[in-house]
Amino acid sequence: MILEAKSITFYYRGRKKSPVLNNYSISIRSGERVGLKAPSGRGKTTLCRLLAGYEKPQSGKILLDGKPVTAYRGVCPVQMVWQHPETVVDPLLRLGETLAEAGPVDERIRGALHIEEGWLSRFPAELSGGELQRFCLARALHPETKFLLCDEISAMLDLVTQAQIWKFLLEEAEKRGMGMLVVSHSDGLLEKVCTRIAAI
Amino acid sequence: MKTAGRMNRRQSTLIFLVCAAGVLAVVMIMGIALEDAALETDFSRTNLAPCPEYLFGTDWMGRDMFVRTLAGLSLSIRIGILTAAVSAVMALLLGTAAAMLGSRADAVISWVIDLVMGIPHILLVMLISIACGRGFAGVVAGVSLSHWPSLARVIRGEVLQLKQAPYILAAEKLGASRIANVRRHMIPHLLPQFLTGTILLFPHAILHEASVTFLGFGLSSEQPAIGVILSESMQYLTTGRWWLALFPGLCLVAVVILFALLGERARMLLDPSSVHE
Repeated sequence: MILEAKSITFYYRGRKKSPVLNNYSISIRSGERVGLKAPSGRGKTTLCRLLAGYEKPQSGKILLDGKPVTAYRGVCPVQMVWQHPETVVDPLLRLGETLAEAGPVDERIRGALHIEEGWLSRFPAELSGGELQRFCLARALHPETKFLLCDEISAMLDLVTQAQIWKFLLEEAEKRGMGMLVVSHSDGLLEKVCTRIAAI
Repeated sequence: MKTAGRMNRRQSTLIFLVCAAGVLAVVMIMGIALEDAALETDFSRTNLAPCPEYLFGTDWMGRDMFVRTLAGLSLSIRIGILTAAVSAVMALLLGTAAAMLGSRADAVISWVIDLVMGIPHILLVMLISIACGRGFAGVVAGVSLSHWPSLARVIRGEVLQLKQAPYILAAEKLGASRIANVRRHMIPHLLPQFLTGTILLFPHAILHEASVTFLGFGLSSEQPAIGVILSESMQYLTTGRWWLALFPGLCLVAVVILFALLGERARMLLDPSSVHE
């Protein structure tokens, strides 16, 4: 499969004069891990949101195998993992319910991400950012996910946990032939994880 | 730490809620039962000061003030419940409509909210009440048509925020249907705000009902309303019959405070930020 952004232009409402992305193109194939590195405010997160179908570009197209990414019904094959996990889980739901949002999560994934049984009955406010990020990852690694967009997913984690999570993600991507977009400020991480680096 | 045998905050709050609601319900039911007794005149017992037999004394027509007060409070509570319910439903509908139906609907509804909020409540209640022919219908229309904007604004803001919440967007991308999202994510966030907003409307509604009636633009004078009692009693205050106005006034304040506390406690129980305290 191939996920492409074809000459997209995007600006937030009322800021037509300074578009976040101007005539930008990128493509990611299955099995590819593309690194994205740019200073703050250049539209890395916006690009992720666009590719995952959270926003629509003002011009240009975002296609998954030639079909607009927003046209996919049910579980979207392009899943995004957000930089701030605490905003992506409902504060009033126990994490077990949040995790099961798109059907039960594989025991193997849960184990590999070190999600403890006891966490499932807790509320998000009781866990740390790093612990919540594991839930977001587990949820995003739905069997139907073909592309995973990682928006600085490990910025708030300690090095040991980072290594753990990335090791698992790489294995998983390899096994499924999943395409990935990795946004990070860390050169070392991008070098280690990605098959190629793109600019924005 | 919680110690054995003592209740935690949640339990004591719950007990308070039940008691307060119970007291208000008892007042309401007793008032309905005593409605006829409240109108009963007996010229053999006029102008009695408070005594064990007539707790709140009697008035110049020999009516038992305790019974009248109860009947008046009951009427006030019933009007309060009715108007708060009507206001809350209006607020819910308009607030959600403003948030969901696009920017043009939002502009119109927000403008109406500002308009209604810009006019002093009491003035608006009086105007609508007069336009609707005073009496029961006038008061209910006046109070319910003037109290919805603040709650509508809260609901509009809440829905707007929820619509953009990342966890709801993410759930959508994970294949959750619209209805599932509303049920699972939106209602649990909206309901506490809505319920407490509704309960906190009661004290306002009751006070405004009593004040328009007091000013003579509300319920007609043969009805045993607190506003009527107070305005009639004002004439007798200078002649030294203090009990005619004091006790009904105090009772009105007590009911209003009880409702306000009820709302405050309900908020503490339901509000996400204090629900785990």
